[in-house]
Amino acid sequence: MALPQSAYKDRQFLAVIGDEDSVTGVLLAGVGHVTDPPDSQKNYLVVDPKTENSTIEATFDRFTKERKDIAILLINQHIADRIRHRVDAYNEAFPSLLEIPSKDHPYDPEKDSVMKRVRKLFGE
Amino acid sequence: MSGAADREPVFATRQSLGLMKSKLKGAQVGHDLLKRKSEALTKRFRDITRRIDEAKRKMGRVMQIAAFSLAEVSYAIGGAGIGYQIQESVKSAKLRVRTKQENVSGVFLPQFESFQTEGGSDFAMTGLGKGGQQVQRCRETYTRAVETLVELASLQTAFVILDEVIKVVNRRVNAIEHVIIPRTENTIKYINSELDELDREEFFRLKKVSGKKERAAAAEEVKRQAANKAGTDKENEIDEHSVERHDVLGDQDNEDVIF
Repeated sequence: MALPQSAYKDRQFLAVIGDEDSVTGVLLAGVGHVTDPPDSQKNYLVVDPKTENSTIEATFDRFTKERKDIAILLINQHIADRIRHRVDAYNEAFPSLLEIPSKDHPYDPEKDSVMKRVRKLFGE
Repeated sequence: MSGAADREPVFATRQSLGLMKSKLKGAQVGHDLLKRKSEALTKRFRDITRRIDEAKRKMGRVMQIAAFSLAEVSYAIGGAGIGYQIQESVKSAKLRVRTKQENVSGVFLPQFESFQTEGGSDFAMTGLGKGGQQVQRCRETYTRAVETLVELASLQTAFVILDEVIKVVNRRVNAIEHVIIPRTENTIKYINSELDELDREEFFRLKKVSGKKERAAAAEEVKRQAANKAGTDKENEIDEHSVERHDVLGDQDNEDVIF
């Protein structure tokens, strides 16, 4: 599978779906980007306990399918758990999906969809 | 002989036999090459898998440190923290990634590389009142954390692509090994047997034809002899001739030699 270069040439942003602290931290590092008006789109989504799952799914779909300028999508692991079926079903190369730990939820390699595949390949 | 065995629909000719033989050779060479490619990719794949495992664990620690530094910032600033302020002042990404390609046995693996764009930070004013130093430190920590994440993302992308490519290559190797090569061999066997069959048929036919010709020639000879005899020995009685015909044929050689 030789991907055409156009598949990832324009991808230069990172996107974040996470709780407030994670998003704040990552934005502080300077990854935040808001596209030009009128349709100004943010490349991050702050999720709190009140956020609907459907909102998360819609944002996830927008970042993974619609936007062609995102290279890496970071998602908090406890939020990935809320839309686990989507995350597990996602197996594209671009954008690359990374599950990151959050402040309140330590990282659990058992749940990560990529780590699951890694372990399956090692036959554990 | 044919029909049951899986083979290609060709006519049993010497030309197609030659074609099949070169095809078999090509398939074997291709099989060897693909097998080697698959092995090289698998080796790389295992390497990457191990590094992903390590990087994921490292990421856990790095993010923990980063989260702690953010907690320090909230403590220094006090109150509601800086989340809202930061989210509102986002304009354009300072930290972006670019993609490079790496070639592993003909497979292009993209590699992300983070870089900073020029221009001041969007958050120059953040923490101006208090906690400025903590904010700076936190920013550096998170920048490092994001760099780790970018590295991990490259590995993961390579992992996904390699996984796919290895599957495709193995499928091809297996297809050649278990379908194409046996089928070509079957076809060659079939063509050979058909050709042999044709040879035998041809041989038999030739024998048949030559036998028939011989018989015809013999009959002709008899007739000719008879005619000659009738011509030369005109005084011979017809009755006697017809009775002794067989005798005449049998003793013809002797007579000729004597004559």
